[in-house]
Amino acid sequence: MNLSDFFQMSGYAPYVWSCYGLTLVVLVGMDWTARRRLREELLRAKRRAAVGQGES
Amino acid sequence: MSSESPRSSEPRAGFEPPTGSGEARANTRWLWFFKLASPPHAYRLAGLLRPWFLWPAVALMLIAAYGGLVIAPSDYQQKDAFRIIYVHAPVASMSLMVYVVMAVAAGIGIIWRIKLAHAVAAASAPIGAWFTVLTLASGSIYGKPMWGTWWEWDPRLTSELIQLFLYLGYMALRASFDDIQRADRASALLAVVGVVNVPIVKYSVVWWNSLHQGPSISKLAAPSIDSSMLWPLLIMMLAFMLYFVAVLCNRVRSEILRRERNTSWLNESFVKS
Repeated sequence: MNLSDFFQMSGYAPYVWSCYGLTLVVLVGMDWTARRRLREELLRAKRRAAVGQGES
Repeated sequence: MSSESPRSSEPRAGFEPPTGSGEARANTRWLWFFKLASPPHAYRLAGLLRPWFLWPAVALMLIAAYGGLVIAPSDYQQKDAFRIIYVHAPVASMSLMVYVVMAVAAGIGIIWRIKLAHAVAAASAPIGAWFTVLTLASGSIYGKPMWGTWWEWDPRLTSELIQLFLYLGYMALRASFDDIQRADRASALLAVVGVVNVPIVKYSVVWWNSLHQGPSISKLAAPSIDSSMLWPLLIMMLAFMLYFVAVLCNRVRSEILRRERNTSWLNESFVKS
């Protein structure tokens, strides 16, 4: 099987590649969002801890 | 009170000696489950476990994609369009499996009042919702060349759409409460009741005469597809399960931080570091 056959997917290229592309985008996006959320929560918790320490 | 006098002589600049030592540990030594479910422990454990799920998931996805796109032969009826199944079937099974995880966690949260269980349920919902969106989208793209239509009000498709509304309803219900504990209880009831839709989606192709094709893999029957087409599908499913746990680890950690914002263990851990 040569490379252009592989990309053409026997004529179904738009369907096959859009499915794989969409899934990849959502998977990367989900992980990225979860990382960002955790980073934000950590920052908020650190700030709160710093304020709490200053008060006591 | 007097029995604690040795400790109270220590300087107390917003700093308590770490709990879990002495008599507290002796009492909980055999209650490993409660220790595991305690927020500080779960927070640390989720952080430790995450890479062990994420990187195997990535590796297995690459292997399965290569198997599905390159090694597996073309289907005699669907030609190369059948290769969509390697993303469509795994995300579809995840859209149901994540819901079961969410409903079980919510149920445990109600019955045993374990906060961590509610955190797991809340963290699962957006992941499951995205898997359901992917299922509907990839199914639609699969349906166009195979059935000649993007959408049909067919039992399988309709029940999967209801699955999406269950996730969105769960998330909307949570968001409507300011109080986390009330949000936990109300949304957990919805999650547990909504689980009836899972078998409806799963068996819709068997119970009703559906446009959707029947299952490719069944526990009771021999698989209806060739092993060269089957193994990438199974590997891809495993990869998606691992990926789910990896993302869940991060989301549960965020949930714990949000819920434990006023507790001493959290603030201490940052004062120390």
